[in-house]
Amino acid sequence: MGKPTKQRRKGQVTARAKGPSGAGTALVKNNPFEVKVNKQKFNILGRRTKHDVGLPGVSRSKAVKKRTQTLLKEYKEREKSNVFKDKRFGEYNTKISPEEKMMKRFALERQQNHEKKSIYNLNEDDELTHYGQSLADIEKLNDVIDSDSDTEERGILSAELTAAHFGGGGGLLRRKALTGEQDEEEEKPKSRKELIEELIAKSKQEKRERQTQRENALELTEKLDTDWKEIQTLLSHKTPKSERKDKEEEKPKPDEYDMIVRELGFEMKAQPSDRMKTEEELAKEEQERLQKLEADRLRRMHGKDEQENKKKPKHMSADDLADGFILDKDDRRLLSYKGGKLNVGNEEEEGGNEEEGESEEESEGEPGGEDEEEAIVEEDDATDSPSDLESDMGSEEEVTANEEQKEKHKGNEKKLQSEEEQNAKIEAARSELPYTFTVPESYEKLKSLLFGRIIEEQLVILERIQKCNHPSLAVGNKAKLEKLFGFLLEYIGELATVEPPELRTIDKLVLPLYSLCQMFPEAASNSVKFVLQDAAHDMEEIIEVKGRATFPGLDMLIYLKITAILFPTSDFWHPVVTPALVYMSQLLTKCQVMTLQDVVKGLFVCCLYLEYVSLSQRFIPELINFLVGILHLSIPQKRPQGYILVHPFRPAGKNSDLLLVCDKKDMETWKKQNLPLSIVTRLKESSKTEMNHFRLSCLAVCLDLIKKCAALYESLSSFHEIMQPIRVLLTEHILVSEYPKQLQELHQNALKELEDKGKHYTPLVCEKKKPVPLKLYMPKIVKVLEFGRKQGGSKEEQERKRLIHKHKREFKGAVREIRKDNQFLARMQLSEIMERDSDRKRKVKNLFNSLATQEGEWKAMKRKKFKN
Amino acid sequence: MAQPGQDAAAALASSLESVLRSRGSANRVFEILELLQADEEDVILCAIRTCSRLFGALLERGELFVGQLPGEESSLTDNYSAEDKYKIWMRHRYNSCVNCLVELMGHESFQVKELSLATLMKFVELEGKYPLVKAEWKGSFSFPRELLKLVVENLIPCEEDSSLLISRFQEYLEYDDIRYFVMKAVAENIGHVMQKTKEVPLPVYQQNVFSLISSISMPSKENEVVNFMVKQANQEEWKVSKLKEHKRAFERMWLGFLKHKLPTGLYKKVLVILHDSILPHLNEPTLMIDFLTVAYDIGGAISLLALNGLFVLIHQHNLEYPDFYKKLYSLLDPSIYHVKYRARFFHLADLFLSSSHLPAYLVAAFIKRLSRLALTAPPQALLMVIPFICNLFRRHPACKVLVHRPSGPEDLSEDPYIMDEEEPSESRALESSLWELQTLQSHYHPDVAQAAAVVNQSLSELEDDISELLELSAYELFDRELKKKATGVPLEFEQVRGLFGKKDDLFAEHFALE
Repeated sequence: MGKPTKQRRKGQVTARAKGPSGAGTALVKNNPFEVKVNKQKFNILGRRTKHDVGLPGVSRSKAVKKRTQTLLKEYKEREKSNVFKDKRFGEYNTKISPEEKMMKRFALERQQNHEKKSIYNLNEDDELTHYGQSLADIEKLNDVIDSDSDTEERGILSAELTAAHFGGGGGLLRRKALTGEQDEEEEKPKSRKELIEELIAKSKQEKRERQTQRENALELTEKLDTDWKEIQTLLSHKTPKSERKDKEEEKPKPDEYDMIVRELGFEMKAQPSDRMKTEEELAKEEQERLQKLEADRLRRMHGKDEQENKKKPKHMSADDLADGFILDKDDRRLLSYKGGKLNVGNEEEEGGNEEEGESEEESEGEPGGEDEEEAIVEEDDATDSPSDLESDMGSEEEVTANEEQKEKHKGNEKKLQSEEEQNAKIEAARSELPYTFTVPESYEKLKSLLFGRIIEEQLVILERIQKCNHPSLAVGNKAKLEKLFGFLLEYIGELATVEPPELRTIDKLVLPLYSLCQMFPEAASNSVKFVLQDAAHDMEEIIEVKGRATFPGLDMLIYLKITAILFPTSDFWHPVVTPALVYMSQLLTKCQVMTLQDVVKGLFVCCLYLEYVSLSQRFIPELINFLVGILHLSIPQKRPQGYILVHPFRPAGKNSDLLLVCDKKDMETWKKQNLPLSIVTRLKESSKTEMNHFRLSCLAVCLDLIKKCAALYESLSSFHEIMQPIRVLLTEHILVSEYPKQLQELHQNALKELEDKGKHYTPLVCEKKKPVPLKLYMPKIVKVLEFGRKQGGSKEEQERKRLIHKHKREFKGAVREIRKDNQFLARMQLSEIMERDSDRKRKVKNLFNSLATQEGEWKAMKRKKFKN
Repeated sequence: MAQPGQDAAAALASSLESVLRSRGSANRVFEILELLQADEEDVILCAIRTCSRLFGALLERGELFVGQLPGEESSLTDNYSAEDKYKIWMRHRYNSCVNCLVELMGHESFQVKELSLATLMKFVELEGKYPLVKAEWKGSFSFPRELLKLVVENLIPCEEDSSLLISRFQEYLEYDDIRYFVMKAVAENIGHVMQKTKEVPLPVYQQNVFSLISSISMPSKENEVVNFMVKQANQEEWKVSKLKEHKRAFERMWLGFLKHKLPTGLYKKVLVILHDSILPHLNEPTLMIDFLTVAYDIGGAISLLALNGLFVLIHQHNLEYPDFYKKLYSLLDPSIYHVKYRARFFHLADLFLSSSHLPAYLVAAFIKRLSRLALTAPPQALLMVIPFICNLFRRHPACKVLVHRPSGPEDLSEDPYIMDEEEPSESRALESSLWELQTLQSHYHPDVAQAAAVVNQSLSELEDDISELLELSAYELFDRELKKKATGVPLEFEQVRGLFGKKDDLFAEHFALE
């Protein structure tokens, strides 16, 4: 028994059952014998009870009645194939009002009649038309009439009217009287006249409504037009000529006063600005900025956001072009006072290139810078530095930097002179060079632009390129400048490989490189990564072919150094620095040390390593290995005892005495000097003495690096194990007494640094694990927030539970219904059988009766005969 | 150059035709044989080809004398028929041709060498089919052993490297019978040569022998021995078709080769292939014990490599090696993290240390030593060895005191572990702690630091799979770092002043921009 059919039956029934039962219910409800009260055990506040009172008798009789009307009918018609189909239009559609229903039915009936007529119509195709439309159609469909031709006669042609006029109305009324309940309730059936009047009134009203609507629309469009004209004058001054003329005619000239008022209204209002900052405040701000950056760096160093990795989206202003352009760079000069006078003007007069101040600052602004830094120090002392080590460290660093700078000043007074010369040169360069440059599109173009010029000119050119093509000036500039970084990097690489390497130029070119990098971090990191990848790939190929690698050229070393300048090396993980570190590890473990140049390159890489980890103090096994190897190269006796060499170094072999110096005289004449980097590209054909001096310098660098390492790693728990081989080499194998004094001193220092450290070993203990909780067998108590509602779970879960519950309930209900249906049927069948049986009994009895009477009669006759 | 070559070719073609056509012009053979010793490469090649065709045809026709060959002079006087005399004479020409070809295998041009080798092998095939030796009894097997022996002898000369020719020869080793007789010939040859030189090392010769015998691939099943160059009547009874015989020949050859002192490079090469392509094909792999134990005692990379062979013997052939773990322990030195065979060694070490019956002190000693040595290791090795150590902890929970000693002495002045102690039981490793891993937590490579930080927490139950990490190379590591995606690149905030312009720059102290 499908649900929908049943549902329909229900609806069917209610319509009919309502009438008679309606009166009875009130009576029954008052009868106490019919009422069944469901008693409640506990009274719960706030719970609404639905089924506290029931009328079992009523509901049962209702159900039985329903069944007799539906199920019983079905049962009785079970073997009948012909069905009664109710095809009356809209009979079961409750949405249509009975009146409408009647109308439609009537229309359909007419249609049918019309079609039937045509059976006898011989020329069927010849339809009467009006304006190409079938007249019948026009009659039928009242709503195709276009709105414009609304004459008075329209209403007459409409279906309703025709229906009312010509005959259909009677049937309609009759039927309405039979079925329509509402009408019954409202009033008595209307007469025919009334109905027609009503229809006419209705159509008139409709017409009026339409008219007002159209008028409204017209009004609105007119208003819109006028509005638009007003706005148009505001938007552009070019109004069509005709209109302008109209306006001139219509409107008087705007008042001058109005104009001024409007102008004032649109004028930009001056924003209240911050007050001018004092020197100290500026310094303090700078200090705060640095502190913040330093804190950021420390966080990255400990790799904390690796774990968290939840980056908050940076605040972006709506006007941000996302070009990495930061306003607080040197583009905009801050206002400053000098000697009571406002210090603007003259720099801005020079046009777009304010940044020339940068280089000027270097020379002239240095005393000022010092002042600033001193101010910072004072500030620190004054504010009693609330926080911690960091700021202390920072200030210390700054102090040292200060001192160093001072020393530099003292040390090279010559430089001052040369600086003046340089200034003159810069000025000259400025005046000579053209003011605008396009960004070179290929490396060759950049090279042709820069190569052969003096350093200052190159700098000015680069600066102007940056200025003229600032990303905020044009759309494509960003991409162009990003490329420029790559070209510049390549150019630096080439400068490092020429003979002799132009290191001074590189030294200066780092500045524009840095500023470009600050502008475009992504592009810069990509090009540095690309360079690294290339180098590593080359090395891998060489290893595959030859089985061993050689140290790369000076350009690669410079690149590595530049990486350290551009990116923070202390990060736990950094997209550029970490690959660079791995690459350096390969350099120190895979490359053979065969010449003195290799030694220098290796030492350079060691220095790089130390610089990279100077802040983060990370441990680098390769570095120690390499230093051990270098020391090994300098000792005469080639039996490694107490230490073991690893890969690139061999205990004995062709190049195992590369740093060994035997000449006493050379030892004495040696003086410590810095290693010139140019030696990496070519070793001058120099005398033996110079070579020996060179060897000793290398050794000195090595010893100093050892000292630095020892200072760096003293906090590591296995410091002594790490340094063991170096200690053995320094104490037992190196013949210190033969070396010059300066070197002896270095040796002493290094050794002291190694041995000073106390030995402390505390056994390791694991971090305490959170204990696993025991299983508890107590009932879980959940706080009930709202009675009568299922707790817990998300919205979907709740919805699911609700549906499951509903399904269950419905299922139960359906089962119950089916059971009752079956019971009802069984009862019906039983009564049928009983009826049939009794019928038969009665018939049999009748037969017996008649037979008996017949017999009796026959016997009587017989007796009579006998008697007769 | 082309002119004499073409002339010679034409001459050779005509003489070949005439020799083959009539016996009367048989003397023109000499013309062909003469050209074998010509100077021009083209001519020689042409002559070799002609010889190949000529004697191939003669062998097929049966125009060469069969049986014990009488001397050339004596045959003329003795009472042979004219037919026999011709055959004997022709056989002598054949022999001299073979001798010439064998000599040409030492020619400087590779093409000549190759062609003469191919020709000789063709002769071998034809001789097998039309034997030149009288069958001694019915059903006896004939194979041109002598000829093959000559070829092999010249394939492994004492003076020059002939690996190219050997690789060419490899295709013939596919034939089971050729392989069998080559193995026998090589074994014989080694004996001869070594006896002659009286143990003076011959690196080139040994190299040649190695490249020949390492290219021999043995069949692994009996029924795979089916590919013969020379077909015999009753194949199954021939001993060449028995796998056991093959194995015996193989074994004898290798033992003969390894008996003599090898140069270090060759030693390594032998050890690399030993467990894989030699040991499984020996009748008695235990015969290798001596060789392997000697190699294991040498130390360094050779010991590492010998480990693999030893493992096979211990595992499959019940070899009992006294103090094996002690020896293994002593193999651990800083170079294990740097050598090429790192993956192989750690794979084996993992196998050896996987037994749960090992005493805790031993495992602790291994852990401690490995981590001590890790202080000098490159990052790619560290990434492998740290999970390795963690796995050891998981297998031997008794060793966990190394990372967790809550009730130990507070402050030690010395690491109790004795690094120089040879004997693992005396090294006091169990009294120590893994400070090395703690140190590695501040390694510069982020992955290493993270891996080392694992010991701080209690370990998970499941072992790490280190098989992928074993082969990790430095370049792969670099590449992996480079390919990591980053969101945003942090920048240096310190204003730059120049290449060496940082505050107290290390470079400014030591280097000059000149």
